[in-house]
Amino acid sequence: MRFTKDHEWVEVAGDVATIGVTAYAAEQLGDVVFVELPQVGKTVKVGDNLAVVESVKAASDVYAPIGGEVVAVNEVLTSEPETVNAEPEAAGWFARLKLSDPGAVDALMDRHQYDAFLETL
Amino acid sequence: MSQPFKRTPLYEAHVAAGARLVEFGGYEMPVQYRDGVLKEHLWTRAHAGAFDVSHMGPAFLTLDRKSGDADADHRAVAAVIEPLISGDIASLKPGQIRYTLLLNEDGGIVDDLMIGRPVWPSRQGMLYIVVNAGAKEGDFARIQRGASGVATLARADDRALIAVQGPDAAGVVAGFFPEAAELTFMTHRRIDHAGEGCVVARCGYTGEDGYEILIRAPACVDFWDRLLADERVRPIGLGARDSLRLEAGLPLHGHDIDETTSAVEGDLSFAIAKPRLKAGRLRGSERMARELAGDLSRVRVGLRVLEGAPAREGAQIAAADGAVVGRVTSGGFSPSLGAPIAMGFVPPALAEPGTALKVIVRGKPQAAEVAGLPFVPHRYVRKV
Repeated sequence: MRFTKDHEWVEVAGDVATIGVTAYAAEQLGDVVFVELPQVGKTVKVGDNLAVVESVKAASDVYAPIGGEVVAVNEVLTSEPETVNAEPEAAGWFARLKLSDPGAVDALMDRHQYDAFLETL
Repeated sequence: MSQPFKRTPLYEAHVAAGARLVEFGGYEMPVQYRDGVLKEHLWTRAHAGAFDVSHMGPAFLTLDRKSGDADADHRAVAAVIEPLISGDIASLKPGQIRYTLLLNEDGGIVDDLMIGRPVWPSRQGMLYIVVNAGAKEGDFARIQRGASGVATLARADDRALIAVQGPDAAGVVAGFFPEAAELTFMTHRRIDHAGEGCVVARCGYTGEDGYEILIRAPACVDFWDRLLADERVRPIGLGARDSLRLEAGLPLHGHDIDETTSAVEGDLSFAIAKPRLKAGRLRGSERMARELAGDLSRVRVGLRVLEGAPAREGAQIAAADGAVVGRVTSGGFSPSLGAPIAMGFVPPALAEPGTALKVIVRGKPQAAEVAGLPFVPHRYVRKV
């Protein structure tokens, strides 16, 4: 699993990446009450808006940590948005992307680097 | 560098309780504690929440020279404040509190506030006033200017103001202030606690029964700690305070109402003193009379968002045919209803509960309908 400074995680299998938000992000967001997922088939570049997470209080953007085409979204989040809080780094995934450049994931932080980054916040 | 934001006397207690702090009204305030907004909200509806609202603006307006005739002195101090506000203060009974509006020359709402008349004959000629945090410097200056030479405004915002709200609030507060049980909704009195003279008011801004307690800073930390030691009570941040008042259908100044909004547009006509309106002796009388007669372009309504994301402040409201007809002024997710709700302004022809509308969130129209306010029934205690 790889991580961004915006607190997204990426797990790559072949040329498909699963994307979600980290446990830290889920904690900061508070209770998630609504998730807006991207359309399957949409192509995103790094930093594009991928999804929107809403808590009682506020809406927060989730950015694409890596570029590609959306091939699947986690429909569970539509009916059970609280899954983001319960299992942020597993069942609470947001979308799967077919990567345009699978090697780009290597530029992201590994768990050790991300943990060190959290220490600085 | 100097501290950029003010802190309430309970700041250290909030930090120790794991609060997440944000800037609000110039103060560093807890937006939530460890439970988070959703659980804090539901706890308040089911049990009792304790809120630090010391950032608000409590003050006392007192006649410079009292005559000693209690009723005459009350009428005299009422006459000082009435030209600035929408409501009638002279008719308040001893101990009564009234929700009222500070108006500009056009009848626009400068702020909304509470004004109370003391119970005791010896204290007549004084009013207890509580204004909003964000507007208090301007409000206080405006009131003092209006009172100049006749009465003096003494700020009390160095004290702590603590709200206890929820179905268990009465039981909790009676443990500290037994006489508080005799108060009904929108009344107050001075009650001593552990040698401290406190102002205890049965009111709040959550739709629940509850109290707001003004207590001097040195005593407030002990009081707060003892409140929270009661298992029925949890500390509640501004996040849940906002979702509670939204469910209660209560407007938030600076969002749902502001200097461009009249009391009629804001659906706050109950706060207009009708005799003074008829006599043209109210700021914005002409405008409000016209609006009450039907010449009204917009009115505040509740909205239930029937699909999709919560519609928040700034989202457009459209008629069924897609034409934009208004704007959301506050909105979010209702923890009690498990669905998004909002308030906003629409033309009166579209203000009937049940009217089908759209809210536009991130460019997408979502089904919504006008809902009667409050969204969640008030549980005020009007009889004891």
